[in-house]
Amino acid sequence: MFPHEEKLIKERLGREPNEVENAMLEVMWSEHASYKSSRKWLKLLPTKNEHVILGPGEDAGVVKFDENTAIVVGIESHNHPSAVEPYGGAATGIGGIVRDILCMGARPIALLDPIRFGPLEKERNRYLFEYVVKGIADYGNRIGVPTVGGETEFDESLDSYTLVNVACIGLMSPEELVHSYVEESGLLLVLVGNKTGRDGIHGVTFASEELSENADRSAVQIPDPFTEKLLIEATLEALKTGKVKALKDLGGGGLTCASSEMAGKKGFGAIIYADRVPQREPNMNPMEVMISESQERMLFAVRKEDLNEITKIFEKYELEWVVVGETIEKPRYIVYWGDEKIADLPIDLLADVPTIEWEAKPYSIEKEVKTPEISVEEALIRVLSSPNIIDKEWVYRQYDHEVQGRTVLKPGLDAAVLKINDEYGLAFVSDGNPSYSYLNPCHGAMSAVAEAVRNLVSVGAKPLALVDNLNFASPERPEVYWSFIETIKGLRDAAKAFDLAYVSGNVSFYNEVGNKPIKPTPVVAALGRVKLENITTMDFKSEGEMIGIVGITKKELGGSELYRVLGIDGGVAPKVELEREKKNAEGILKAIELGLVKAVHDVSKGGIAVALMEMALAGGVGFEVDINKVPVKGELSPVEVLFSESQARFIVSFNKEDLEKLRELFDEFAVIGEVKGKILLFKNKEEELARLSLEKAQEFYNSLPKLLGEEE
Amino acid sequence: MPKFAVIVFPGTNCDFETVSAIKKAGGKAERVWYKQSLKDFDGVVLPGGFSYADYLRAGAISARAEIMEEVKALAGEGKPVLGICNGFQVLTESGLLSGALRPNKIPRFLCRWVYLKVSDTQTAFTQFYEEGEVIRMPIAHAEGNYYADDLSKVKIAFQYSDEKGSIVEEANPNGSLLNIAGISNEKGNVLGMMPHPERASDKWLGSEDGLKVFKSMVEYAKR
Repeated sequence: MFPHEEKLIKERLGREPNEVENAMLEVMWSEHASYKSSRKWLKLLPTKNEHVILGPGEDAGVVKFDENTAIVVGIESHNHPSAVEPYGGAATGIGGIVRDILCMGARPIALLDPIRFGPLEKERNRYLFEYVVKGIADYGNRIGVPTVGGETEFDESLDSYTLVNVACIGLMSPEELVHSYVEESGLLLVLVGNKTGRDGIHGVTFASEELSENADRSAVQIPDPFTEKLLIEATLEALKTGKVKALKDLGGGGLTCASSEMAGKKGFGAIIYADRVPQREPNMNPMEVMISESQERMLFAVRKEDLNEITKIFEKYELEWVVVGETIEKPRYIVYWGDEKIADLPIDLLADVPTIEWEAKPYSIEKEVKTPEISVEEALIRVLSSPNIIDKEWVYRQYDHEVQGRTVLKPGLDAAVLKINDEYGLAFVSDGNPSYSYLNPCHGAMSAVAEAVRNLVSVGAKPLALVDNLNFASPERPEVYWSFIETIKGLRDAAKAFDLAYVSGNVSFYNEVGNKPIKPTPVVAALGRVKLENITTMDFKSEGEMIGIVGITKKELGGSELYRVLGIDGGVAPKVELEREKKNAEGILKAIELGLVKAVHDVSKGGIAVALMEMALAGGVGFEVDINKVPVKGELSPVEVLFSESQARFIVSFNKEDLEKLRELFDEFAVIGEVKGKILLFKNKEEELARLSLEKAQEFYNSLPKLLGEEE
Repeated sequence: MPKFAVIVFPGTNCDFETVSAIKKAGGKAERVWYKQSLKDFDGVVLPGGFSYADYLRAGAISARAEIMEEVKALAGEGKPVLGICNGFQVLTESGLLSGALRPNKIPRFLCRWVYLKVSDTQTAFTQFYEEGEVIRMPIAHAEGNYYADDLSKVKIAFQYSDEKGSIVEEANPNGSLLNIAGISNEKGNVLGMMPHPERASDKWLGSEDGLKVFKSMVEYAKR
């Protein structure tokens, strides 16, 4: 808390808060809980359209899939805890977002994990990477929610740090929606799940500061997936009774946050009997009980006469429960410890946190750089074996991505698809481009949205909704705050161009590594709806197919994977032209609907070269392309054509007889080669630029276990 | 129509899709909480998941639950008992099948699709397959490495194979003895398998090869 805030609290309260009150206020007024530095800007984002049932404001957003089906979606970060204790931090990140989905009334059906680390050459980064993945796997697998995708990225700027985001979706029918707030007094507040321990004390405060040298592992919560699984089933069974009046999970800010938000949102108050809370450790004091962030706990509001029916369900699942308080008419937040009243605050003092607007200072670091002399072949090998490009099989094989029996498109493709009914599936994907955002925060943010949309349409899905997770350094740094505002503007413009809304989101500030700010890292997760029979994949299907490119290639290599492997920090980041993005995406959807394409893949990291190689490796068949046929704007060398990361581009394969029909769908379309043999062959007119056997390419592509020092 | 109990222990997580697969195969199926009774059921499926979070050893705690006495009685009467993944681990832990499932040779969780050769069509769960038929379904486990000192009390039902049905080392995902993916008791009415047939019972999910496990079981229970 800042001094001016302490002063304000004292004024509003008319006295000094006592120790317990102060701890609760500190938690609720933290950046992480209050969004005080971001709230004003987040209002710029579009949050409503015909697909939105419930936008931001509760634990997760709700999207209409069809008349009978709603999708709940949310995204969270667990960066600070994971950087200190990767296993527990990543695992409890899953637990938290799953309960957010659950408390809207939905069964959690899939997870995505966008995770980012420093270079794998360093032991500390390998440790963070391996244990974050293990934390995700052990938790997600045990609760029976499939992890179907995500991103894994490595960058020098994250040395000894990690960004662990997680998105989750849930499935329900629209009338099953349950709110997180009460609309009557006299309701019992029932706390169910794990006992409360000393773990995660001040977790949100911890997440609202830069990490110090001696970061406190006790601020990280302890994961217990077994209880979470029981909590999922018990909650869903309790909701079936129709007698749950409000439901909220205990996450950041613990019992204080959950109960005060539940009671206060519509103007009611609450009395909490803190001594009733089951304690995991002896002699916990009231303050610890009120702000502990122990995991796997939910708060139910029920009428007295329904208590028995609901708690019987908890007992069936052997979950401990206690009536921890009640809602009252008066808008006060009162806490008792035995007979002693230990806190008594106006309830809105906890929630009503004034916004802070920090100084914002623009910066401009984009400038032309000369691409170094490098042969196409060398560039190919270096990029193809970069940890950011290579196959992430090592990661997703550890995740149960099949449980619940819905996973139609598995990890490693453009987007995951989950079967929702016999006719339609839900596509789910996440994207972020911090290396572009670093150079140009606005276009970097737009590119995250654009790439997510391209991923969705590549599998044949029509985009439905977005969620955003904004990972930034300290907002108190003027350049960072400016980049945050630019990011919001980019996210807004891109969403508007595609007629999409953000239904939920998260902001994580104060991500710094040894006093150095991280790159602006907006991560976007997107949902789409796809007819199962239209699902298209990126693998080349058979020899003789023609290869075409949609879109224009420009000299845009700033933030590209080629520049990264060459150690070039600068350059000009790809610019997003929203009209062009939209047109090309619509063209792809049309082409898929008409059955004109065999394979579709969006062009992103690593440019055309990587897109083509991924399509070949997925299909087990080679190609021959002439890069001279790639439509370009400006002067580009062959290496630049192949590795530029210009936006709005796709590679497609198709049968010759469909060429004319396909051409009609796009303003920018060119045939560049054909699917052929077992060789990846890049030519410039007649000149051979590079030739790589499928086998050799596969070897580079599968090199992650080797990078981790494992023999396979 | 025969009715099957799909037993739900705390931490079981493949119960819903297993019920769906049995129904698709023409049987009746219900999720049965481990404290309920198995009376009136014609067969039992122990589905996959992490019962008791794999604490102690995978399947060890569930194997000692009271309901397992009923499962044993049912198996003794010759009714079909199928254990999938964690269910297989429960069957070996409870002694209904001999042998043990050790940690994978690379000791971590592994989720991927595999080919299986059907090695025995004379069980309650494989009668609709052809002898030697090669089928595809996913595995998802950390302890699936089957081992037994003595194989005389079991019959090998499924073996990890390559696409053509050859039982080769490269096709063995977890280090199992003789590439064993599934075994039955001598009578063939109790079968445990690590691969998930319920995840291969829908064309949209990649394969319908697993459906015949449930169809065979339903047909067997009719007798």
